[in-house]
Amino acid sequence: MNSFNYIELVRPALPEIFLALAVMALLMLGVFQKSGTEAAAADSARLVTGLSVVTLVLAVFLVGVDARGRDEAFCGMFVTDPFAVFWKILVLIGAALTLVMSGDYLVRKGLARFEYSILVLFATLGMMMMISANDLIALYLGLEMQSLSLYVIAAFQRDDARSSEAGLKYFVLGAVASGMLLYGSSLIYGFSGTTNFNDLAELFYAGQAQPPSIGVIVGLVFILSGLAFKVSAVPFHMWTPDVYEGAPTPVAAFFAAAPKLAAVALLVRVMIGPFGDLLPQWQQIIVFISIASMILGAFAAVNQRNIKRLMAYSSIGNVGYALIGLAAGDETGVRGVLIYMAIYLFMTLGTFACILAMKRGDRMVEEISDLAGLGKTHPMMALALAIFMFSLSGIPPLAGFFGKLYVFLAAIEAKLYALAVIGVLSSVVAAFYYIRVVKVAYFDDPVQPLDTPVNRSIGVVLVLTATIVLFFFAYPGPILTGAAAAAASLFGG
Amino acid sequence: MIVKALAFYMFSLVAVGAGVLVISSRNPVHSVLFLILAFFNAAGLFVLMGAEFLAMILVVVYVGAVAVLFMFVVMMLDINFVALREGFLQYLPLGALVGLILLAELLVIVGGWTFAPSAAGVGAPPRAAIANISNTHALGKILYTHYIYLFQASGMILLVSMVGAIVLTHRRREGVRRQDIGRQLARSAKASIELKKVEPGKGI
Repeated sequence: MNSFNYIELVRPALPEIFLALAVMALLMLGVFQKSGTEAAAADSARLVTGLSVVTLVLAVFLVGVDARGRDEAFCGMFVTDPFAVFWKILVLIGAALTLVMSGDYLVRKGLARFEYSILVLFATLGMMMMISANDLIALYLGLEMQSLSLYVIAAFQRDDARSSEAGLKYFVLGAVASGMLLYGSSLIYGFSGTTNFNDLAELFYAGQAQPPSIGVIVGLVFILSGLAFKVSAVPFHMWTPDVYEGAPTPVAAFFAAAPKLAAVALLVRVMIGPFGDLLPQWQQIIVFISIASMILGAFAAVNQRNIKRLMAYSSIGNVGYALIGLAAGDETGVRGVLIYMAIYLFMTLGTFACILAMKRGDRMVEEISDLAGLGKTHPMMALALAIFMFSLSGIPPLAGFFGKLYVFLAAIEAKLYALAVIGVLSSVVAAFYYIRVVKVAYFDDPVQPLDTPVNRSIGVVLVLTATIVLFFFAYPGPILTGAAAAAASLFGG
Repeated sequence: MIVKALAFYMFSLVAVGAGVLVISSRNPVHSVLFLILAFFNAAGLFVLMGAEFLAMILVVVYVGAVAVLFMFVVMMLDINFVALREGFLQYLPLGALVGLILLAELLVIVGGWTFAPSAAGVGAPPRAAIANISNTHALGKILYTHYIYLFQASGMILLVSMVGAIVLTHRRREGVRRQDIGRQLARSAKASIELKKVEPGKGI
């Protein structure tokens, strides 16, 4: 036997391997639990969900402990660097918090089956693979693993027509997006002869005498379209409101948090990594997508009555703001994207925790008008909701203000003045509908109060996210330094 | 050499004949059986070309899974194939046009090889064929080393799709008579057989 160290060979992918093995073990555990009656199914779901949260927390530690600069595995198809570590920790936190707060809703709707947590874990594994992809094929496989799990959990409430519709709609449009992505990848491969990101970056090095061929540009645009669908940026956003509204609320919370972060991470890695020196070619596309998303997110949400649809348009707008940083295309810009999305994660999860706490009797309600009088009946929850809404509209000193500040600063430094001005103006418009929610909660008379008390696990998520959003300005260190290191690692610093 | 040529003509003639019978036979079950025959002969052609892995995949995937799936659809769903077939001939001009276009494209490609021999190199594989190693072996060597990550990831994706299909379609039904092997074995002849004396001219 030779003394070749196999563990060292796959060490960069250790968190992923751990997660994959854990998912399979939990799947077996769930299958062999008794699930004859609804109560037994709920018990096994609770057990598997609990263990899934533990798995995710362990994965966070594995990701964090093993962070040691740039490292590649599997013949350069898998890469881990501070950039990947930053995103992976956020995605894992997002998935764990979603699992924590979804249990009550699923039991109430008779959806408590252990496959829910299994599919969330599979999706998370796919997201980690996306974030670490260093090859077009690895990118596609990670994306597909994530998307397939998401299609299924969107339709998880299979007896409900709207949930099935959401799943089907997401599946069909997602398949189209995957097709575009694959077509773009095949063009890139055909015109360059490689799928590896390092080789592509070398091929498209800016110092070359001849400009990149038209086939590469067309391929790049196709890849960009496919990824824009996954981050739900305009003009590929049409599925978002319907899917968020139709899918069970915890699923919508998950969609708005973890997968969106992973897709933005992937977009940043693909654009800055292999195609970084083609910035002049893709910058205008990102600028357009960003402006269109911000404007649509601001104006389309004004008329929404359903708070899940409102959050869908809000997430479209927020992706627009994050893409401002990518449009800048430099280290400051990427740092802005990282900070923005980190803060967005906590604001969104917090808001969805509030939505999950909205129940009256046995029914879950999701109209904005149902929040009337929340300030009197649920002072703490109303306070948390107000914090998230003010933060989403970017009022200092809440966290959302700093997120916007860093991307706008990057845009100004990159001389993208129009982008920054449109961003500020559209966030003024967006502030209208965010603050209207606060007005309804505090100044409208309650028609019929929501149930008290709020479920304990949802309360924990609410307090945690609200604390982070409220006190970010006092202790911004971890996110700021992490984002700076991550952005630097992407630019070879 | 002559044996190889004979085998080629046998496989290809049977494949083409079976293909014609697939679309012309009246009974859909016969169509599926002819389809399986066509697949087997195509697999034989692959073996003749030295692509034994493709031949195996063709048999395992197309015959083993796809054709059996067709068979299930044909036999279990109540589809009126005669009604489907009505007005079949009105699509003939369009079908013929598509066929002609494909033929013309093939001629352009083959003509290109004849007129510009250097163009044939474009379609050649990027690496020379590995000598004295079967292509199954060669595929295994690259799939389990260089592409192990993608191979395993694909496996996980298939697992996800399996879990997803079960989550979305599996329902626990009441009143299903499941086989319970324990109960079957626990039965004794004494408990389950009852002897009755039937008097002549009377029922039980």
